[in-house]
Amino acid sequence: MALLEVANLRKSYGDRVVLHDIDLTVEAGDVVCLIGSSGSGKSTLLRCIDLLEQIDDGIIRFDDREISDPRLAPREARKGMGMVFQAYNLFPHLTVLDNVMLAPRKVHGVSGSAAKARAHELLDRFGLDEHASKHPDRLSGGQQQRVALVRALACQPALLLLDEITAALDPELVGSVLDSVRTLAAEGTTMILATHEMSFARDVATSVCFLEQGRILEHGPPTEIFTKPKQARTREFLSRVLPS
Amino acid sequence: MTLLDGANDWNPSAHEVERQQIRRRLRLRSLLIATVAMVVVFGLIGLGTISSPGWPSIKQLFFNWEDAKGSFPSILKGFWLNVKLFLTAEPLILILALSVALARQARSPWLVPLRFVAVVYTDVFRGVPTILLVLLLGFGMPALGLVGVPDSGYFWALVALVLSYGAYVAEVFRAGIESIHPSQIASAQALGLSRAQAMRHVVVPQAVRRVVPPLLNDFVSLQKDTALVSVVAVFDSMFAAKDYSSFNFNYTSYVVVACFFVAMTVPLARLTDWLQARYAGRERAGAV
Repeated sequence: MALLEVANLRKSYGDRVVLHDIDLTVEAGDVVCLIGSSGSGKSTLLRCIDLLEQIDDGIIRFDDREISDPRLAPREARKGMGMVFQAYNLFPHLTVLDNVMLAPRKVHGVSGSAAKARAHELLDRFGLDEHASKHPDRLSGGQQQRVALVRALACQPALLLLDEITAALDPELVGSVLDSVRTLAAEGTTMILATHEMSFARDVATSVCFLEQGRILEHGPPTEIFTKPKQARTREFLSRVLPS
Repeated sequence: MTLLDGANDWNPSAHEVERQQIRRRLRLRSLLIATVAMVVVFGLIGLGTISSPGWPSIKQLFFNWEDAKGSFPSILKGFWLNVKLFLTAEPLILILALSVALARQARSPWLVPLRFVAVVYTDVFRGVPTILLVLLLGFGMPALGLVGVPDSGYFWALVALVLSYGAYVAEVFRAGIESIHPSQIASAQALGLSRAQAMRHVVVPQAVRRVVPPLLNDFVSLQKDTALVSVVAVFDSMFAAKDYSSFNFNYTSYVVVACFFVAMTVPLARLTDWLQARYAGRERAGAV
């Protein structure tokens, strides 16, 4: 049984249909990269999977449960997922440590001391432990985004959703965040990430989906998509974003 | 291209139809629960009140229909005075308060005396109970017997209300101004605007929108506090009610005044909600 199964997903805002008939299967250990131009629906798809948007049709199954069922509390589904946003969305009134400890303690019922130990361990792993007692706005963008990653990881999610997490960063800070994601991928963390970093997608992804106007136009292993794309539109997109 | 063809010929799948039914059912259940909860809670409160041993005498003393009718005309007449009071006071307060708030934000060394006055003013007038200000000015100023100074209690009670609320509202404005991120001033100055222009065109418009809810809160409070003028023998609705109750040994007239004030403040609250929603809708449209 796949970890996540999306079938015939449709999402519209009023008359504007932003996702048509999306089918996506993610097995445990997969790293799925969503690529495509801005407005192609990558972020919306991630937000639908995290139940931040109400879908118009289709089914989302996660961990053997249909989470698109309105009778299921979204919180339940989200307990198994972590999400990192483009703009970090850290809580500015809490220290780095408290940002990381919030959900494990309040949602997962982890004791204060255990949550603290785990938070320090994770922060240490990502080279952030010296900043544990600072407030997020004191940190650089790259550091903040890595804290956001740690905050999502603190709940030990089965699936990690990363929404263009390097898009708001300086080029020189992008590397530090991508390295963290690379480490996670190497450890077998299941992830879906919307990204504009093509070389990163080529290195890390187990499969790549090219989205265009709300549809998955083409998907497959990165070697296939990046070297011999079938669709003319995919070729056109790649020729514009890939350094030749 | 065929990309957009699916947009119009979409029909919800059976699964989606079922899901919509479930959503409808869940909404219906929420509505049912809400209704039952309302009926039970307010039914119990009402029942508890009516069945209490003292209810008949309370009803006679506070909720007597005859007395309500009897006191109504003079209260209505007095209430116009309250309305006039706060309609005059509100614009004056807004002007005074915004001036004080801006004076506190001034950075020019020439304006330091002004800043000093603004700080002392807010500190003092926020601290003095409004009723004392009304008494002090309403009785004190006419009693000085100065030539050319108005001697009406109404006038000085109005001044007292404006001074007292001006100090509160100035702090509300100041909080609003300080909540606007410094980058807004920076980008206005980068465009070549002076600090005053940046305040006038960029900071204050945003600040005012942000403080509308607490501003309304202060105005509702002001509307009620216009009843304080009755302590300096201004014949407003409160004075009329006091008059009626001491003449007839019945407090119903006070309840009538309360109803007047509630009827006045509720529409204002709804108006503000509507204004806020309109601003939000206009400025956040399309934002995800």
